[in-house]
Amino acid sequence: MTDRDNASPESDETPAAETPSGRPPRKGPSRRLLILGGLAVGGGVAIGAGLSPFSRIDEQRRLAGRPGETVLVSALRIAPDDTLTVIYPHADMGVGNGTALAQIVADELDADWDRVRIERAPAELAFANGALGQAFLRGENEIPAPMAGFAWLVTRRIAEEMRLQITGGSTAIPLTGMEGMRHAGASARYMLTRAAARAWGVPVSEVAIEGGRLVHASGRSAGFGEMAEAGLAFTPPARLPLKSRGSYRVIGKPKQRLDIPPKVTGEAMYSGDVRLPGMLFAAIRACPTPGGTLASCDTSPAEGRRGVAKVVTTPTAVAVLADNFWRARQAVEALDPQWDPGANRSLDSTAVIAAMKASAAGEGLKKDHSRGKAGVEIAAAGDKAIERVYTAPYLAHAAMETVGCVAHFKDGELHVWGAFQDALSAKYQAAKTARLKPQQVTIHHTEMGGAFGRRGFTLDYLDHAIDIARQTDAPVNLIYTREEDMTHDFYRNASAARMRAVLGADGAPTAIVHAYAERHDPPDASHFPYALENVEVRYSTGDNAAPWGAWRSVDHSVQGFFIESFIDELAHEAGEDPYTYRRRLLSDDARSLAVLDAAAEMSGWADNLAAGSPRKLGISIRKSFGTIVCEVAEVVIRNDGSLHVPNVWVAADPGLVINPNGFAQQMESGVIYGLTAALYGEINFVDGAVKQRNFWDYQMVRMADCPRIEVKIIESGAKTGGAGEPGTPPIAAAVANAVFQATGERLRDLPLAKAPIRAAV
Amino acid sequence: MKLTINGAVHDVDVEPEMPLLWVIRDELNLTGTKYSCGVAACGACTVLVDGQPVRSCSFPVGGVSETAAITTIEGVAQGGALSRVQQAWIEHQTPQCGFCQSGQILAATALLNEIPQPTDEEIDARMSNICRCGSYPRIRAAIHAAAKA
Ligand code: FES
Ligand code: FES
Repeated sequence: MTDRDNASPESDETPAAETPSGRPPRKGPSRRLLILGGLAVGGGVAIGAGLSPFSRIDEQRRLAGRPGETVLVSALRIAPDDTLTVIYPHADMGVGNGTALAQIVADELDADWDRVRIERAPAELAFANGALGQAFLRGENEIPAPMAGFAWLVTRRIAEEMRLQITGGSTAIPLTGMEGMRHAGASARYMLTRAAARAWGVPVSEVAIEGGRLVHASGRSAGFGEMAEAGLAFTPPARLPLKSRGSYRVIGKPKQRLDIPPKVTGEAMYSGDVRLPGMLFAAIRACPTPGGTLASCDTSPAEGRRGVAKVVTTPTAVAVLADNFWRARQAVEALDPQWDPGANRSLDSTAVIAAMKASAAGEGLKKDHSRGKAGVEIAAAGDKAIERVYTAPYLAHAAMETVGCVAHFKDGELHVWGAFQDALSAKYQAAKTARLKPQQVTIHHTEMGGAFGRRGFTLDYLDHAIDIARQTDAPVNLIYTREEDMTHDFYRNASAARMRAVLGADGAPTAIVHAYAERHDPPDASHFPYALENVEVRYSTGDNAAPWGAWRSVDHSVQGFFIESFIDELAHEAGEDPYTYRRRLLSDDARSLAVLDAAAEMSGWADNLAAGSPRKLGISIRKSFGTIVCEVAEVVIRNDGSLHVPNVWVAADPGLVINPNGFAQQMESGVIYGLTAALYGEINFVDGAVKQRNFWDYQMVRMADCPRIEVKIIESGAKTGGAGEPGTPPIAAAVANAVFQATGERLRDLPLAKAPIRAAV
Repeated sequence: MKLTINGAVHDVDVEPEMPLLWVIRDELNLTGTKYSCGVAACGACTVLVDGQPVRSCSFPVGGVSETAAITTIEGVAQGGALSRVQQAWIEHQTPQCGFCQSGQILAATALLNEIPQPTDEEIDARMSNICRCGSYPRIRAAIHAAAKA
């Protein structure tokens, strides 16, 4: 049980976790508040102290330099043969953001794409992500005009203070790219053209960049490599003119991802692939109950086995170190550790969801947002109000690569090889856990075999690796078994919603009240995209014992299901087609309408309707992370009652697309990830521990149940949105809505495949 | 015991019940073959044994005959030239995080060896490896492209 039932009415304060990345709540004031406070108090000081955009360049050159090459600006290193290495302050979870970021730099610089390479920035303060700092600073608002010229400088400093290198919340392209990388490309252009002008004794206005080379009408030309060192003599201003959209040449092109070739040869190196002299593999068993500890463990059954070097215990786990991971695992499984499960010994997800339902139906909920007098309207309608209750279960991330990393204590320093969504934060966490200074910790990047939020701020695997490695001189390669990974995740929260509405004479809702549990991030996830005069959204609070983590699209993953299922139900209550019903409610929103219409058209919605709906289609639309996505799913109920989704049509408006092929790939990816969750995903806690252990009881969509997915990209010209997450939120409701078309049964509890479905007659 | 992997003969001294995966990864340090589930449920560890796809995490090394030819991802490219499957994988921009792709490529290679022009149904039936990043549509397209190459 949780203390959810005790949720009491309180002020409408915003919880302290407001980041675009799904950062878990931390104690004390939120980072955004700190930053805003910092700006108010110290921002002017930072500028006054003469912080220049190149104050960190010496440090960056030292960290990212290569003999004979020039680190021109923080994001770009130039070799004498004109090879351009774009250094980007993000992890790549598999979405290809390194390539997209490089496209942005290359475009602004008119570089020759064939010479562009990518490299992750070192996990060092000098490479903290200024663009992200700026976004935090701004919050939901634009920068106040008088600040705009300085914002880039100030926020870079703030990013340092915040140690930001996070990858999550689909921020890499919109923020790092469109704010930071364009500026980096423009700065490089500024420096290189001036270097050439000086060398040739001509006005800088006469130096152009063509075909990736610096050129002058006199016929003189030079490669970037030739002018790079001389370019360092010029300091670009904080604000530079940037290209307008019409003149992009690399942005918007389906460039091949630069990270892919080593991923087809097996050369890409993930942390489990690291090999160091004397390295030992660690297999771990940690307490199955969140917050529990290791009471005792007789280590003798593991000792003396072939290959076993050492058995170590930590306050919460036991681990075996061996020369081969299989030997380590066999040995750790021979043990019979005694756990003290602690306060969460009876954590039970069925009870949690029941409590969430009760709290959503109860009084004293906190206000999320509201407009008009929805509460009054709903109360006045009495039992004429339409009321529906939906639930969603806990979910694991279950990336293909189980979590783990390599840790080695040597000569008073700690070296870590691993993949982290925010490597800079990982460095600081490692220092804290190891009781070292940050300067004594080095993070060596490895590839990331998927993450979906798991490797952001929930770095239990890093702490465990450090706790184990400090007990030996050898480098330790900690690999979670699938079973440990699945039972020690930080889960997408379970959720419940009670939604009520009254419809007007024309069938449109005149009031909606939405009450749900629980609220994490981002703050706009519970918003209805529709024109509603009276809407009130409330949520119940209460700490849940289940470990929470950001899961692809975070709260949008449940709110997309709740809101888009409910709107669909209202359409049917109103006796209207769910597509035209949404159309009517979106008539003031040209961007959403265009996306909705495109998806409907791709699926042949109108023809299908005219033909009496022989194909069973469901529609759902969601704006998340700045991108509007509408998905139409087709379902087939097989004779055995099983649910199949043969087709999904996706229309998406990210404002501007950097790499159309990469964007389409992320829509496919988001749909499939969301479809696995919609159909099968369910993590259950029973007696304090997670029941599901491997892919045989935590099912995945595979090739045979993967739909054909058609993607259409609409570039409205709005501010650039994300790609990695927005494909996920609409799919669950699209499928559930199609099931209703197929069977007349409304599935309100995820996962959908669990429901007994009757084949259509 | 002797193992022939990618054409090279290796002498290994391990317990016969050790799964082939861990011999390949931790004894021979060929790390392109991945561990993900350990129970033959995902295919990340797929290698070819005499051309047949095998989930090496659940295949004891003692069961491999000394004459069997084992192919791992490191042995798919011949003399530095990518195989048609690998090329199709790049052309269709198939990998995302990449972690499942060694297994996918070997499963596809085995499929094409046996059925040079597979139908979608044959692909559905034979390509049962999990990809959490959702590269299935591109795997399908790449297999069809490789079949034509
Ligand atoms: S690791 Fe062998 S099948 Fe999953
Ligand atoms: S590419 Fe990431 S799991 Fe397949």
